[in-house]
Amino acid sequence: MNDMSDTPNPADQVTQAPAEAKPERSRAAKWSRRGFIGAGVIAGGALVVGVGIRSGNPVSKLKPLVASGEGEALVNAWVKIGADNVITAIVPHCEMGQGANSTLAQMLADEMDADWERVAVMEAPADGNYVSQHAARMFVAPGTLPDKPNQVGFMEPTYDGLFQQIGKLADAYITGGSSSVRSTGQNGMRVAGAAAREMLIAAAADAWDVPASEITTANSTLTHEATDNSAPYAEFAEAAAKQDLPRAPVIKAADQFKLMGKPVPRKDIPLKVDGSAVFGIDGGSDLPGLRYAAVKAAPVVGATVASMDASAAKEMPGVLQILNMGDFVAVVADSYWQANQALAAIETTYSKSENDTANTETMFASFTQALDDAGTSGGTEKASYGDAAGAIEDAAKTVTAEYKVPYLAHAAMEPINCTAWVRDGKCDIWTSTQVPLMARKGAAEGAGVSADDVTMHSVFLGGGFGRRLTPEYSNQAARIAKATSYPVKMIWSREEDTAQDFYRPADISRFSGGLDEAGKCVSWNNVHCSDDEPGEAPLVEFYDIPNVLVRGAEVHNPLRLGAWRSVAHSQHGFFIESFVDELAHEAARDPVEFRRELLAKSPRYLAVLEGAAKMSNWGSDLPEGHGRGIAIARSFNSIVAEVAEVDMTGNSPRIVKVHCCADAGFVMNPDGFTAQMESGIIYGLTAAMYDEITIKDGRVEQSNFHDYRMMRMDDAPEIAVQIINGAPNDLGGAGEPGLPPAAPALTNAIFAASGKRIRELPVVKHFA
Amino acid sequence: MTINLTINGKEEAIDADPAMPILWVVREKLGLNGTKFGCGIAQCGACTVHLDGNAVRSCSTPVSAADGKAITTIEGLAGSTGSDALTPLQRAWISEQVPQCGYCQSGQIMQAAALLKDTPQPSDDQIDAAMKGNVCRCGMYGRIRKAIKVAAGMEQASVWEEQA
Repeated sequence: MNDMSDTPNPADQVTQAPAEAKPERSRAAKWSRRGFIGAGVIAGGALVVGVGIRSGNPVSKLKPLVASGEGEALVNAWVKIGADNVITAIVPHCEMGQGANSTLAQMLADEMDADWERVAVMEAPADGNYVSQHAARMFVAPGTLPDKPNQVGFMEPTYDGLFQQIGKLADAYITGGSSSVRSTGQNGMRVAGAAAREMLIAAAADAWDVPASEITTANSTLTHEATDNSAPYAEFAEAAAKQDLPRAPVIKAADQFKLMGKPVPRKDIPLKVDGSAVFGIDGGSDLPGLRYAAVKAAPVVGATVASMDASAAKEMPGVLQILNMGDFVAVVADSYWQANQALAAIETTYSKSENDTANTETMFASFTQALDDAGTSGGTEKASYGDAAGAIEDAAKTVTAEYKVPYLAHAAMEPINCTAWVRDGKCDIWTSTQVPLMARKGAAEGAGVSADDVTMHSVFLGGGFGRRLTPEYSNQAARIAKATSYPVKMIWSREEDTAQDFYRPADISRFSGGLDEAGKCVSWNNVHCSDDEPGEAPLVEFYDIPNVLVRGAEVHNPLRLGAWRSVAHSQHGFFIESFVDELAHEAARDPVEFRRELLAKSPRYLAVLEGAAKMSNWGSDLPEGHGRGIAIARSFNSIVAEVAEVDMTGNSPRIVKVHCCADAGFVMNPDGFTAQMESGIIYGLTAAMYDEITIKDGRVEQSNFHDYRMMRMDDAPEIAVQIINGAPNDLGGAGEPGLPPAAPALTNAIFAASGKRIRELPVVKHFA
Repeated sequence: MTINLTINGKEEAIDADPAMPILWVVREKLGLNGTKFGCGIAQCGACTVHLDGNAVRSCSTPVSAADGKAITTIEGLAGSTGSDALTPLQRAWISEQVPQCGYCQSGQIMQAAALLKDTPQPSDDQIDAAMKGNVCRCGMYGRIRKAIKVAAGMEQASVWEEQA
């Protein structure tokens, strides 16, 4: 059932037969290190997923990319040791705020017995040898279909062939799906750390002429007590790199962990308090002759630029070039401000599109029609067991409800941007992306060069949330740079960022449920509109409901769709947990008690539910006008329950507090995990309370933070998080699972406080 | 025209359109990238800098408004105290592990610094009022609040055990 749960034992992984990997030709490209990795002092271990999976030791190819500093040795693909004994973990994921890179280094350092104070992190170059194979497999195998034309999802449709040939998995260098720790970390970084340690021991054993088994390691130091030998790792780094990669390095048991499972400060945070962190928008700022580009794309999906009158704009100060690129218009100027002002002075007309007449009302009406057509048994079957139709006929009570959620934008703090420098058949790119290899391909196509001739420079991401999984903006910047003689920094305005997103799908979901005489749910029949990614999102197998039918109806979306934090769980968490709450009410049962019974056969879920209820003092008295709501959801192999408390005494709901209990199998960095829960909750509540993307005449109506509202300091609830390590060998994700229960916990609390059932988001619509 | 201003303690004469927002002057002409572009209409606070000690939204403040005045950006915050060490506020941002993506944090810290200058021991309501113009899309409001109180000496900093 749970496709994401088959995290193999790392030791098994390394003994798998080598895949017939045909790594892309490794190019000794200039690799831009992050600011905090000073030349020569890096300690970073780059662990690439799959030590021992790829045939051969790729160190000689990778060394020029990641360990060209004086005295640096690359022990294996993921671990670099400097002459100063600094250990660098080389991680194949982007840092977009989730803190995973620091956690990955933590996992590697623990297995390696490294001195954490002298461990650094380095992002792996966008090179085919550094690939999240495990992430790719995890996404690909559980039915992530590449054949959904308007669904970008985790994989771009043009990468169809990718899944047939494992060698092409190179394009799956991806940060998403809450996957870094549970796939790369567990199967890659830990194994690499353990392997590096064994290679160092083997090298020392040779030199000291003692049995390897007698050598101990701690704090990046090798010791042989009997002969009184001791040496820092750096002393044997070169010799270790020449050792064969161990086929099955021994990783630690949980009781041997020194760093894993402990709250450890993140390595990137000091750079983010003094302005020195380099984000995408900062990259390449010192390029000679750098110019700035403002862009505006055709506002309706399917339309192109039909005509452009730039007569006023071209006379404006600082304007160098005005480009009609067909799908968008660009102004290149001496400063971004000048470019943006000139852009506003351009008059543009657009070609006709089938989406010109689209608006929110007709779109939802077409969704309703699709659901009507599907009826009680039509549509695409997603789960079917027992006899939902028969059971509802026999039920003592029938409950029906319909829920509706809007399109949503990502609204990352850093607007989409990309700096491109195209010259002499080469292209350099600085951009915030969750998919560097895909972005590299997009840039290559835009610049008209081969992917090997594109250098991707590593930068911090000013938020991702699924928005930065597409290659269209690196392509766009490369096209502009190619059409000019300058290196160009293209920045989207906030308005462009809001209007040209790949949106979280809108959806309508219908339920009918049956209760027996005792008030237990015996039938569950659901039909909804969205494509489900991941496919488990609308399923409820963890609830003990004997007769279940879940179906999907096909609809047309007039907007581009994409992955939005927690993907389809963001809709279905709300749908499922709202309906469960309604069933509880109709059964005249307490919402926790009702769920407790349904979770009797799912002990981990039950523990999480009880944990959240206990944290919140469920059942205790609240002030007049306050109410509590509970919701539980699983996503990305983590189980999270949340209890929201709302105050309904004002004009609109005020969220007072959220208690969150989570079981992610085993949490590597409890503070980092807690921060991710806090973040997912605020992100989920922001959308639930305030946000919708609406369409008029095919165009998105929202533009900036005044009409696409953010939760702020004065309306953000207090949040408490409790962690259960319920399955140490079955890790779950962190970046997304905090989100799905947030909306239903809120609306269930509103119901408890006021009797008002919110079936359509956002909440504020009902309190205008 | 030429604008004379002091940037992080250093006097500069800048040739710019007087209507050009301080944000783009600081980033493009002065090469200081710590100040961030978020919305362009003073709705998110990512671009917050100090103008003669007061927090302003640099995306919507023309550089002409800085003529003869002093701008402090995140890069100059520590130096503005006469030492290069991080300010207690920045240290609290680290001890409370505030940033996630970090993009809004320059603005958050500059806003909080202005708050503590005027109100050394802010109440929760005063923190709300001062900070509600600064969006953190990663939702780290609880940690920001805690860090402000730690810097103000109102709460204890989180202690991180020495790692083996």
